[in-house]
Amino acid sequence: MTELRSSSKGRIFALFTRYYFLLRSSWPRIIEIAYWPTMQMVVWGFVSKHFAPSSPELTAGGVLISVVLIWDTLFRSHISYTLSFLEEMWSRNLGNLFVAPLRPWELMLGLACISLIRTLIGMIPAALLAIPFFGVSVFDMGLPLFAFFFNLVLTGWAMSQFVTAILIRYGLGAESLTWVLPFLIAPFSCIYYPLSTLPSWMQEIATFIPTTYVFEGMRAFLIQGVWRQDLLLQALGLNAIYLGLGMGAFLFAFRAARTHGLLLQAGE
Amino acid sequence: MKPILQTHALTKVFRGVSAVDDLAFSLEKSSITALLGGNGAGKTTTLSMLLGLLRPTSGSIYLFGQDFIKNRFTVLNRMNFSSPYVDLPQRLTVRENLLVYAKLYGVVNPTNRVEEVAASFRIGNLLNQRLRRLSSGQKTRVSLAKALINKPEFLLLDEPTASLDPDTTAWIRELLRQYRDEQGATILFASHDMREVELLCDKALLMKEGRLVEEGTPKELLEKYNRDNLEDVFLQVNRKKKKDD
Repeated sequence: MTELRSSSKGRIFALFTRYYFLLRSSWPRIIEIAYWPTMQMVVWGFVSKHFAPSSPELTAGGVLISVVLIWDTLFRSHISYTLSFLEEMWSRNLGNLFVAPLRPWELMLGLACISLIRTLIGMIPAALLAIPFFGVSVFDMGLPLFAFFFNLVLTGWAMSQFVTAILIRYGLGAESLTWVLPFLIAPFSCIYYPLSTLPSWMQEIATFIPTTYVFEGMRAFLIQGVWRQDLLLQALGLNAIYLGLGMGAFLFAFRAARTHGLLLQAGE
Repeated sequence: MKPILQTHALTKVFRGVSAVDDLAFSLEKSSITALLGGNGAGKTTTLSMLLGLLRPTSGSIYLFGQDFIKNRFTVLNRMNFSSPYVDLPQRLTVRENLLVYAKLYGVVNPTNRVEEVAASFRIGNLLNQRLRRLSSGQKTRVSLAKALINKPEFLLLDEPTASLDPDTTAWIRELLRQYRDEQGATILFASHDMREVELLCDKALLMKEGRLVEEGTPKELLEKYNRDNLEDVFLQVNRKKKKDD
């Protein structure tokens, strides 16, 4: 028998390698990852420039461009995670993966790793281009940027866990959820406006959404120069809860898929 | 010899319908066994339960002496499978696919093992080709190569020679027999090709409507039913049962 040294780390790395191979197999795919955030940045950069003289509160400190970029982090993180999972369904590979000694949580971690890489590939060029184009550098935020970024990546993963749970249970018929879910929380996240803008019933819902705290915290930091650690901790706490629930939902769906015989059928 | 696999009262019910009913059989180490049956007989359901892809409604599976239903992860790296109903990622090259699976199974020297298994299945010249560019016969060979990447002690194959020409089929048959002899591996395969079963297997399990209706070596079955080939045995068993029904 051949020598085997199976470990969680090795399997997660194997999965990461699989997604890396997929990514490098197509240059258009890599360009596409960076394309949308860059286009968003360019469009909103000009919007920001246009409003700068009349509405300085909207554009002070490069806040508009910064929130656009940071919001896209959530979208990229979610899409990258979910699309990598969808690749397994499209290629009818789930059966092969789950007869290997791969635990469901290892799959989730592998997807999260590649999601992070893809998010960075998407966001870094856009953030760098914003400097010469509009004189806005999100990197000037320093460590708070990392905190905002990290929280939105976590929110993206939590959403993806729920979406992949639905995909594994209900199949590719639920694929469209991948694209619509981030937009469901967008109005409550207060990306471009403060929380006080929302009607009171929406404000109540918004308090349960981690991204609300991120954008409130970001505005406080960029406009007033105040670092609101309390907001970041609230976002982190909510993210921890949603990640836990998302993981539970995925494991529950995986168990249901094993009961109903869906793992071998999952695919186009 | 102690069996490596034992199932007892294995049952799977989907919405009140038994896909597999009270299945009990065992496989000895180093044996090649065929799982036969018509469409809907329960072969794929049985294989799925033995692979851990499907939770049985009731019954038990003991594999390598472990309770497979409770502790499947402790034995999954000692087994592998290939099926025409499951694909490998089409955008990856053959080498990339095999490398990923070698790593997933924890093969210590994955690069060497990929070369080794590619040579065995004569796909060395295809290693840098994307899977989507291959013919269905070539894909079947890649899928079989993936199934042997971790040198499994227990190999499950669903229609292992589907879409292969007769010459390649004969060669694959020989390769599987050789693998069993060299590694002492146990092979369970589902097939509709009775000629293949006769030539390859030590034992055949015949399923109908989720139940095991016949079990024995090809020779025993031929003698019992006084037939020249397994296809006639298969037809007789199926028709007899239908008449009984």
